[in-house]
Amino acid sequence: MHLKGKRLKKLISSPMALFALSSTSALAENLVENSAQAERWQMNLKPGVTELGQEIYDIHMLVFWICCVAAVFVFGYMFYAMFAYRKSKGHEPANFHEHAVAEISWTIIPAIILLGMAWPASMTMIKVYDTTESDLDILVTGYQWKWKYEYILEHGENVAFFSNLTTPSQQIHGEEAKNNNYLLEVDNPMYLPVNKKARFLITANDVIHAWWVPALSVKKDAIPGFINEISAKPFKTGTYRGQCAELCGKDHGFMPIVVKVVEQDEFDSWLSEKQTQAAELAELMQQEMSMDELLAQGEKTYAGKCAACHGSNGEGGVGAVIKGSKVATGALSWHLDVVVNGVAGTMMQAFGAQLNAIELAAVITYQRNAFGNNMGDKVQPIDVHNFKQGGK
Amino acid sequence: MSGQHNSDYQTYYVPEQSWMAILASIALGLMVIGAAGGINSLTYKTDGSTSWVLLIGGMMLLAGVLATWFTITIRENLAGMNSAQLKRSYRLGMQWFIFSEVMFFFCFFGVLLYLRTLSGPWLSGDGAGVMNTILWPNFVYEWPLMATPQDAMGGLDAQNAAGHLANNGVHKGPAQNMAFPGFADLLHWLPFWNTLLLVSSSVFLEFAHHALKHDKRRVFNLWLAATLVFGFSFVILQIVEYHEAYSEYGLFLNSGVYGATFFLLTGFHGFHVCMGACILLVQFCRSVMGRQFTAEDHFGFEAASWYWHFVDVVWICLVFVVYLF
Amino acid sequence: MSHGPAKGLSRWFLATNHKDIGTLYLWFSFSMFLLGGSFAMIIRAELFQPGLQLIEPNFFNQMTTMHGLIMVFGAIMPAFVGLANYMIPLMIGAPDMALPRMNNFSFWLLPIAFAILASTLFMDGGAPNFGWTFYAPLSTTYAPPSVTYFIFGIHIMGLSSIMGSINIIATIMNLRAPGMTLMKMPLFVWTWLITAFLLVAVMPVLAGAVTMMLMDIHFGTSFFSAAGGGDPVLFQHIFWFFGHPEVYIIILPAFGVVSEIIPTFSRKPLFGYASMVYATAAIAFLSFIVWAHHMFTVGMPLVGELYFMWATMLIAIPTAAKVFNWITTMFKGSITFETPMLFSIAFVFLFTIGGFTGLMLAIAPADMQYHDTYFVVAHFHYTMVAGAIFSMSAAIYYWLPKWTGRMYNESMGKVHFWISFLGFNLTFFPQHFIGLAGMPRRIPDYALQFADFNMISSIGAFIYGASQLLFLYNVIATIKYGEKTTVKKTWEGANGLEWTQPSPLPYHTFTTPPEFK
Ligand code: HEA
Ligand code: HEA
Ligand code: HEC
Ligand code: CUA
Ligand SMILES: [Cu+2]
Repeated sequence: MHLKGKRLKKLISSPMALFALSSTSALAENLVENSAQAERWQMNLKPGVTELGQEIYDIHMLVFWICCVAAVFVFGYMFYAMFAYRKSKGHEPANFHEHAVAEISWTIIPAIILLGMAWPASMTMIKVYDTTESDLDILVTGYQWKWKYEYILEHGENVAFFSNLTTPSQQIHGEEAKNNNYLLEVDNPMYLPVNKKARFLITANDVIHAWWVPALSVKKDAIPGFINEISAKPFKTGTYRGQCAELCGKDHGFMPIVVKVVEQDEFDSWLSEKQTQAAELAELMQQEMSMDELLAQGEKTYAGKCAACHGSNGEGGVGAVIKGSKVATGALSWHLDVVVNGVAGTMMQAFGAQLNAIELAAVITYQRNAFGNNMGDKVQPIDVHNFKQGGK
Repeated sequence: MSGQHNSDYQTYYVPEQSWMAILASIALGLMVIGAAGGINSLTYKTDGSTSWVLLIGGMMLLAGVLATWFTITIRENLAGMNSAQLKRSYRLGMQWFIFSEVMFFFCFFGVLLYLRTLSGPWLSGDGAGVMNTILWPNFVYEWPLMATPQDAMGGLDAQNAAGHLANNGVHKGPAQNMAFPGFADLLHWLPFWNTLLLVSSSVFLEFAHHALKHDKRRVFNLWLAATLVFGFSFVILQIVEYHEAYSEYGLFLNSGVYGATFFLLTGFHGFHVCMGACILLVQFCRSVMGRQFTAEDHFGFEAASWYWHFVDVVWICLVFVVYLF
Repeated sequence: MSHGPAKGLSRWFLATNHKDIGTLYLWFSFSMFLLGGSFAMIIRAELFQPGLQLIEPNFFNQMTTMHGLIMVFGAIMPAFVGLANYMIPLMIGAPDMALPRMNNFSFWLLPIAFAILASTLFMDGGAPNFGWTFYAPLSTTYAPPSVTYFIFGIHIMGLSSIMGSINIIATIMNLRAPGMTLMKMPLFVWTWLITAFLLVAVMPVLAGAVTMMLMDIHFGTSFFSAAGGGDPVLFQHIFWFFGHPEVYIIILPAFGVVSEIIPTFSRKPLFGYASMVYATAAIAFLSFIVWAHHMFTVGMPLVGELYFMWATMLIAIPTAAKVFNWITTMFKGSITFETPMLFSIAFVFLFTIGGFTGLMLAIAPADMQYHDTYFVVAHFHYTMVAGAIFSMSAAIYYWLPKWTGRMYNESMGKVHFWISFLGFNLTFFPQHFIGLAGMPRRIPDYALQFADFNMISSIGAFIYGASQLLFLYNVIATIKYGEKTTVKKTWEGANGLEWTQPSPLPYHTFTTPPEFK
């Protein structure tokens, strides 16, 4: 398919490119930033940057070629029959309707061919399932509609962060030119050290997602309440992009994955930086924040996390109306409970594990003081922390 | 329905146009629109009164239509309009209908099997699920499942706070289960009596059938009556059992998967017993009041009895997987 | 029954005649095809370019879901049931279906079910948006309230299918003309017998699945929720235990149609009749034990993966037998290429391509890359559109002259064929490429590198869609103004009892059973 692909590419691309240019002017001519990424007119799988991935690619090509050969036989036979036995050529019909040898042979031959495919495929499958002896474990949790990565570390605190789509909505709605990594860019990519076997422990918090990075040949469903394992040992540095591969609701198309495979020392410094960041945050949490600080932060968080459902002016939408709402003008603990634990059985998720205490404190304060909800009270990060500790 | 042409029955009887089908469809449509609206009104706390009216109206219409439909069919048979071939079609129809019911229960038994042998152990970290202990650290799998994974986490709030799996509601395990309490308590164990009732009713029904085939009408009626008494007693005991489950055992529909599968299997079975008993009741009335059925031609009764035996077999399977093991 | 049809609408509402009910089914399914097709047009229009142009993501998901549901349950299944209603009694020399009033009941449940399903589009929170496979918990805890209506709609539709199938089984088992033994039945009848068996076996399982969904949503059970000890993957097992046989429910009657048409236009008896029957039965049997090939990425244990991979691959063997039998039927025949034959040959050609991609999907380690991409979308449109819809088009052209006593316009038929063939391949062949290149399915917007093929695909879809309007026009024009024909055998090479009856068919046929040698 590779060869054929290239030739076909030449064939079609001239008129089609014109077409594409006239209608999607935003299309960059050359999207190829990195060999492991999908390119324009790509027609086939890429071998990937793991040994296993290349093996899978080989199996794919093996099966593909077997199907091609079978197709040549079957369709050759068919077109020959269609051509040679046209009535217009004056061919008189024969009257046979059985032939034991033929019938038995076209049962047995396919069976043998199938064996030839099933055997190597099974051998590869066994390797796919071998997730032992990993150098690094990462807990991957799917959320509507973002990923959380938690590096499980032997020493010190685990490092955990969310990874969100960063493509601006102006690009999505055609108000701005689309950039090269349109829909495939995130704020916090996952980092992996090269030549180390990483094991992904995959789960979900709400609905089923699937964590898929084609270049790593990894695709595994994220099932809420269960943990699936899969591993990858990339041998090449680079940035690899993927997407959620299981319908998970409204923004299923908007929860990409970016994995940066880097040298070990770069990975180490990235990791320690993440750790210091976490420590700083913990310290920040102990501080009193002023109303202005809270409102400023809260507005940001609200716009990013809540406005989609509650409307940018608290007017509601998928979510409840916040302006004058019972909760936002009611007891603090109730409000905390709703935001931290969510409302069971509704779209209102538990944000307790998704936002840090500062963000939570800020967004709650914001909701209580914006949109005409003049409650005048504020929530401090430490209140959120205590609330979480004390359960309820 | 009217004006049949007698000369045609010998070959094959294609019934005249009939209102029954379209009315039955409309009735079912009203019923499910009503049911859906009504159920939604409970969950989303909206006003559902029109929905309930639709549901009841649809059910009444359906009952009326079915009664009329069966009356017509019975009349046709009594009028000798059914050829032997058509009678075979009815038999085939009933047999395949029962097969579809078998598959319906097969689904639920499959669910139980899967939960008990695969996913349950996985959740507690066995086999393919070693890593699940990260999510449900203290969960221990046992059947009957008395403590759900959520319980093992310390309840819904703790589960939410840990950030795993929000928004699934409360699934607190049952306080007590319905499993076999041992031979000492056998006589206080409702399923024992239920089994006795249902199995003997099935046997009585065979006696009735035997009597009918030998044209002993009184004996037939008596055995059929006995079947009915036993069948309805089963239903009553089942209601008692449910009442006990809710009031004494702390076993609810939402008591984790044990509660869910328990009520699913016994509930649908119980519902089928009700239907079967009602069908048999109709046959009883036909025999007692209409003096219908002959030693040779009694398909209505026979179909009902097949159904009853099917329900009985389901119960026996159920005793094994729901109560005993 | 010597009298003709009733006058006015009551003929249709109160029908007991198999030809009337068959007609109802066929028109109903065609209208559903147009509806589901319009949804596909909306999908393709949104995917014409990257970016969100026309519709919101949530509405896009509703379109995908409704498109899949309506096409599978509203268009294809009723179309073949309609064909069965119309043709089986004619093919086996029966006066009607075994249980005519129930037949009408099975039909009228469908408009009700689909009215309920379609009405969800106008409900608060929108229509079902969780894909036609409605995986829990997206379809339970996270579903819009309309899911309750969807569930009951599925119940009604399942009831209809079960009753329809029971009727078909009873008809075939009981109403064959004297002398027509099982192994002398036309192949279409055989495929439907087996299809009906599959339906009676798996529709109740689907009913069970949606019932458990209903309980999880409204009554606090936890079948599909780990917190209570359940498992979301359990839903998928149940769904695919239904869903995989379902895809053969869709394709087996199509096999039957093609097995009628190819011999006719090859003027040669069907090659390997007995092996065709055994192959159909083998496919049906295997279809029950391969379901989890849709779930290679859910994290089944390794043995499960391997077992389901091997079992799935086995299906290629009986299917291969069928393909070779069709081609060998043509071999040394005397072939002409009327529209039904063109569609049938295209069926063999394109379905086989779909089968090959199916085989690729069955390879578990490779499927980990294909799964939930457009490669899968391409696969199943090759099997379902080029399989089921093409064979349905073939069937309509084939039997329309018999039904109406009027000949369709052959050149318009050929134009319809060639536009369809072109449009279809233009739509779905490039989807293989974008799938392999990494485009997930069920997304309203995509990364830039997929843009070119998507645009081609959308253009193809519009062409294919437009060709269906031509088809509609051709059928209506035939019924209204088509050239009258009274020959019993419309097609020189046609065999079978239906061709011994006058054209157009009288209202009642075979009131006394024919002698069948
Ligand atoms: C009519 C419908 C239809 C038919 C007939 C088939 C036929 C087959 N399908 Fe397909 N399939 C679907 C409809 C259908 N499928 C649908 C709707 C989905 C997606 C559902 C969803 O997720 O929404 C799907 C998805 C699907 C998957 C899951 C993909 C995924 O989600 O990851 C798989 C995996 O194994 C698969 C396999 C097969 C196989 C092996 C066959 C076989 O039956 C094919 C057998 C035929 C041949 C092989 C060709 C003929 C043979 C020869 C000419 C002989 C010589 C050949 C050799 C020996 C090589 N199908
Ligand atoms: C038998 C079933 C069947 C049939 C016939 C079709 C027919 C078509 N399908 Fe579909 N399809 C499915 C079954 C089917 N599909 C299923 C099961 C899914 C999966 C759903 C899911 O993921 O949950 C799916 C998903 C699916 C997708 C993927 C959506 C996604 O992942 O988000 C796409 C995208 O291109 C698509 C396209 C089409 C097109 C263009 C047609 C065309 O063949 C349709 C042609 C018909 C018409 C167009 C109607 C006639 C014309 C008019 C009414 C006039 C208007 C015409 C114009 C404006 C030109 N289908
Ligand atoms: C995916 C949609 C969604 C998002 C995102 C969302 N909410 Fe909600 N929210 C809801 C829904 C739905 C409800 C109504 C729940 C109910 O029925 O009780 C709700 C209810 C609430 C309420 C209670 C309002 C009342 O008076 O009933 C508060 C407070 C609230 N959300 C805060 C937030 C905050 C803070 C954020 C962001 C950090 C947020 N929500 C993000 C969907 C959402
Ligand atoms: Cu997450 Cu799709
Ligand atoms: Cu399948």
